[in-house]
Amino acid sequence: MNRLWSHPSLVIGLIATLVFVAIGLLSLVWTPYPIEQIDIPRRFLAPSAEHWLGTDNLGRDMASLVMSGAWTSFLVAAIAVAIGVGVGVPLGLAAAAWGGPVEWVVLRLTDFVFAFPAVIVAILITTLVGPGAVNAIVAIGIFNIPVFARVARGGALSIATLDFVAAGRLAGLGNAMIAWRHLLPNIMSLLIVQGTIQMSLGILAEAGLSYIGLGTQPPATSLGLMLRDAQGMFLIHPWLTLVPGLAIVLIVIALNIAGDGLRDAIDPRLRQGNPNVLA
Amino acid sequence: MILFALRRFLGFAVTLLVAALVIFWLLDLLPGDPAQFILGINATPDAVARLRAQMGLDAPAHERFLGWIWGMLQGDFGMSYTQRAPVAELIWGRLGVTLPLSIMAMVISVVVGLPLGILAARRRGKPLDTMVMVLAQTGIAIPNFWFGMLLTLLFAVTLRWLPPGGFTPWDEDSGAALRGLILPSLALALPQASILARVMRTALVDVTSQDYIRTARAKGLTMGEAVWRHGVRNALLPVLTILGLQFAYLVAGTIIVENVFYLPGLGRLIFTAISERDLILVRGATIILIVTVTATMLVTDLTYALVDPRLRERSAP
Amino acid sequence: MNKTIKALGLALMLTTAAGGMALAQPTEVRIGVALEPPALDPTAGAAEAIDIVVYQNIFEGLTRVDQNGAVQPGLAESWTISEDNLTYTFKLHDGVTFHDGTAFDAEDVKFTFDRILAEDSVSAHKEFYEPIESVTVIDPLTVEIKLSRVVGNFLFDLGRGDAVIVAPESAGNNANVPIGTGPFAFLQWDKGSRVMLEAYGPYWGEPVSLSKASYVFIGDTATMINALLAGDIDGTNNFGQEALEVFEANPQFQVLVGTTEGETILSTNNTKPPFDNLKVRQAMAHALDRQAIIDGATYGYGVPIGSHFAPHNPYYVDLTGTYPHDVEAAKALLAEAGFPDGFSATLKMPPLAYARLSGQIIASQFAAVGIRLELINVEWAQWLEDVYANKDYDLTIVSHVEPFDIGNYANPDYYFGYDNPEFQALIETLNGTTDDAQRKELAVEAQTILANDAVNGYLFELPQTGVWNAKLTGMWQNSPIEGLVLRDIKWTE
Repeated sequence: MNRLWSHPSLVIGLIATLVFVAIGLLSLVWTPYPIEQIDIPRRFLAPSAEHWLGTDNLGRDMASLVMSGAWTSFLVAAIAVAIGVGVGVPLGLAAAAWGGPVEWVVLRLTDFVFAFPAVIVAILITTLVGPGAVNAIVAIGIFNIPVFARVARGGALSIATLDFVAAGRLAGLGNAMIAWRHLLPNIMSLLIVQGTIQMSLGILAEAGLSYIGLGTQPPATSLGLMLRDAQGMFLIHPWLTLVPGLAIVLIVIALNIAGDGLRDAIDPRLRQGNPNVLA
Repeated sequence: MILFALRRFLGFAVTLLVAALVIFWLLDLLPGDPAQFILGINATPDAVARLRAQMGLDAPAHERFLGWIWGMLQGDFGMSYTQRAPVAELIWGRLGVTLPLSIMAMVISVVVGLPLGILAARRRGKPLDTMVMVLAQTGIAIPNFWFGMLLTLLFAVTLRWLPPGGFTPWDEDSGAALRGLILPSLALALPQASILARVMRTALVDVTSQDYIRTARAKGLTMGEAVWRHGVRNALLPVLTILGLQFAYLVAGTIIVENVFYLPGLGRLIFTAISERDLILVRGATIILIVTVTATMLVTDLTYALVDPRLRERSAP
Repeated sequence: MNKTIKALGLALMLTTAAGGMALAQPTEVRIGVALEPPALDPTAGAAEAIDIVVYQNIFEGLTRVDQNGAVQPGLAESWTISEDNLTYTFKLHDGVTFHDGTAFDAEDVKFTFDRILAEDSVSAHKEFYEPIESVTVIDPLTVEIKLSRVVGNFLFDLGRGDAVIVAPESAGNNANVPIGTGPFAFLQWDKGSRVMLEAYGPYWGEPVSLSKASYVFIGDTATMINALLAGDIDGTNNFGQEALEVFEANPQFQVLVGTTEGETILSTNNTKPPFDNLKVRQAMAHALDRQAIIDGATYGYGVPIGSHFAPHNPYYVDLTGTYPHDVEAAKALLAEAGFPDGFSATLKMPPLAYARLSGQIIASQFAAVGIRLELINVEWAQWLEDVYANKDYDLTIVSHVEPFDIGNYANPDYYFGYDNPEFQALIETLNGTTDDAQRKELAVEAQTILANDAVNGYLFELPQTGVWNAKLTGMWQNSPIEGLVLRDIKWTE
C-alpha cells in the first residue's frame, strides 16, 4: 500500500478518475433535474444557483446532462476495453508462445479485424440494428481486439528470447505456462499503458461516433452527443460546446495520469527516478 | 526474407478475400431498398419493381458476389445505383482527398511527435520532460473534431487564413487544395503526435534500463551516444507497432474529420452511400479502404522484420 | 472658386472610379446547400436535392411555377383548353435550343411524356401524368395533350420538376450530364463537393445576370456558418434556424424568412390500435403544445397548422383551434377511450433536425398525459421501407413537402392508413373541379374533415430561412415548389 502512495501522479489521477466515475454513478440514481425534462421557455440560461452549468437548447439542465453523459462515455469505453483485453491478449500471447500456424492464424485474424476501421463497423452495425450506445461499444470493442493482440504479441516476442524464458522452457514448462508465468507479467506495463490509451481513445471514439450520429441516441445522452447537439450554435452559445468538450478533456487526462502512475507503480524497472507528478 | 514476405502476401490476399465476403454478406442483410430510396416517398410499387430489375438486384446472392469479385479483379467496380457513374471513378476521386489527408497527418505527427519523445526521454525528470508530457497528455485528451472546430474558429472565421471547410480539386488549384487540407490534417495529427511522443519516450526509457545500454556505457559511450546508437533503434520496435496501428486510426479519424470540414473523401462517400443504400458503391469503397489499411499493416510487418532480423528468423519455416 | 472646381472634379473622378468598380462586381454566385443530389435527372428521382440544382435552372417544363405558387408560361408560350377540360393545346416557343445545340420542338414534348408513361418508366410521380391519354404533335411548335379525365391541377403538374422537357438525344445521360433548355447549362460536378452551372448564351428567354453558379454541399450548420462568415459561399436557401441569430445582426448578410410546402406532422398509424380510436387521436391532439414545438424545433420560425394544408395557400383555413393544448381534456379523453393510465407507443424519427427535436419535445409533452413514447431514430432508407412502404410504425414525424398533397389522404393504402369514403369522394370531386371558388370550398371542407378526425398530429409548416450576402437580390423568399431558382438572382451595389 505504501508503494502505491509513493506515486503522487497515481494518487492524483486515481482520485480524479474516481471522482468522475462517482459523479457518473450518481447520475444513475440522482441528477439535479431529469435529463428528459424539456422546458423550452427556460432554454439557454446562464449558470446559476438553480442550474449550475446553465441549460441547453431544449431547456435541459446542463449539469445533469454532463453527469449522465460522462457515465455513458465511461461505460462504453470500459466495456470496449474489456472486450479488447479479454479477447485480444490471450490471442496475442498464444501467438507469441506457440508461434507457427497459431501465430499465422492470429495475425491474419487481427489483420482482418483491423482492416475494418471502427467507424465503418459502427456504420454497418447502425444500419443493421439501428444506432445506439451498444453500437459504439461493439464497434470500439472490436477495434480494441487486434490492438491488444498485437501489443501483447509484440511485447512478448521482445522478451521471448531472453534467458529466463529459455530457462523456463528448459525446466519443462509448456507454452501455456510460459505465457502465463513469464510473458504475461512482463508485458503488464505495456498492456496497462495500452489499456490507458485505449480507454481514453474509447471515450474519444464514443464522442466521435455520437458526434456523427452513430453512437448514443436521445433521450439518453453522452458527451459526444451533447457536442453534436450544440455544434450549430457554436458561435452564439459557445458554452454549450465548451462544457462537454472540457469534460471529455478532463476525464481523459485523469485516466491517463492514473494509468501512467499505475505503470510506474507496477513496473519495478520504471519505479526509480520518475519524480514527475504529471509525467 | 523472401519466404517471409511471400507468406505475408498470402495472408494479405486471404484477409482481403474474407473481408470481401463479410462485406458483401453484411450489406445484403441491410434493411432498406435502394430502388425505393432512389424513387422516394411517393413512388408507386410498380416503378420500384421496375427499377430493381434494371439495377440487377433480382439475381441470386452468389451470382452477384462472384460477378462483383470478377469485375473488381478487372478493375470494374460496377456502376453506382444512385450516382449512375462508375464506382471506380468515384472512389478514385475521393482517394485524392483521403490519402493526402492521412499522409499529411501522419507526417505531421511523426515530425512533431518523435523528436519531442526523444527529447523528453533525454531530459527525463527535467522541466522540459514535464512540459512535453503535459502537452502530450492534453493533446491526447482533446477530441479531434472538437479541436477541428476550435481551429476553424481561429484560423478560418477570425483570422481568415485558411478555408473553413470544403475542397478545391487538385487539378483546378493544387495550392488551394493543399490549404484546404491543412486544418483537417492538424486536427487529425494532434492526438497522434501526442501518442507518438509518449510511446517514444516510454520505449526509450524502457530501453535505457536494458543491459546492452549499460554495457555500451561501460565501454565508455556517453548516455546520449548509447541511447542514439542502441536505444533509438530498439525503441523503434514498439513505435513501429504503434505507427501501424495509428494509420488505421487515422483512416477512421478522417471519416469523422471529413464530416467536420466537409471534405469529399472516401469516408464521407461511404457515409452517404450507405444511407442512400447505394450498396455497390459502399462495397467498392469499403474494400478500397480495407486494402489501404491492410497494405499498411503488411508494410509495417515487413519493416518490422527488416529492423529486427530475430523476428523474421522466428517466423520462417 | 478654383478649389471648389477642383473638389468637384475630384468628386467626379471618384464617382467614375466607383462606377468602374461597380462594373467589376461579381457575376458568380456560390450557394451552400445541405444535401448533395444523388443524380441530376429530375424525371427519374424525387429527391428534393435534385430540383434544388436543376429545376428552372437547367431544365424547364411547358409551364413553370413562380415564387408565389402561380402557374406561368414556360416552354409553352400559350395554351388553350377545350370546353370539356380534356384537351390542352400548347403553342411552343420558337428558337429554343437544348444546351447541346439540338433544337427543341414538339417531338421532344411527346418524347418526354411517352417516357414518363412508358411501361419501364422510372418517373417517381407517374400518377400525376397517368390521366394523359395521348400526346399529339400538330406541327413542330404545336402539341396537343388529351386527358382521360378532368384534372383540376394539370397545368401546375406540368410545371413540376418531374415533367421538365428532355431530348431523346440526351435523356439517357441526364443523371450525370443534364442537358435541358434552361438559362443555365451544366458545367461540372465535383462529386461530394459541388455542382457548377454557367449561363447558357443562346437562352431563348430573358438573359440572366449571373454568369456562373456553384452549389456547394455543406451538410451541417456549423460548417455552413463558417463558410458564410469566411465568404466561401454567398448564401444558402435554408439555414439551420438555431444559428440564424449570428446573421440577423450582421449587416453583411440578409436573412430571408419564408414558407415552404412542408406540412410537418406527427404521422399516426390509423389502422393500428389504439390509434384507430378517434378519442385517442383527439387526446393526442390536445396533448400537443404547438408553440413549444415550434419554438424548440424551429426557433419560432414555423407557422402552426391545424390540418394538412399550407397557410400561404389561398385555399387555407385556420384550424389550429380545433383541439387546443389542454392536458386535462387529453387525460379525460384517454380515460374515456379506456386508457386511464395512458399507454406506450414508439415514435420513429427520420434523420432530420426538425424531426429529432420535435420528437423529443413531443415525448416530453405526451408523458404529461400518460402516453409513454419510445424514441427510435431511423435512417431515411430504413424509414422509407419500414414506415412508408411496410407501415410498420406507431408514430413518426416528417414534413410532407410536395405542393397540394392533401389528396394522399384519399388513398387508404397510404402509410397513414386513413380510410374515409366521405373524404375520398370529396377529393375526387375536387380533382375534377376547375372552378376556383368551388375548388376552394371543397378544399376547406377537406381540411376540416382531417382536422376533426385528428388523422395526424398537425404541427407546423416548415419555414424556409435563407441567409444571403446583403448585396444579392432576386432570391425566392418562399418555396412553393422544390427548387432554388437562379433566374432573377443578381449582385447589386
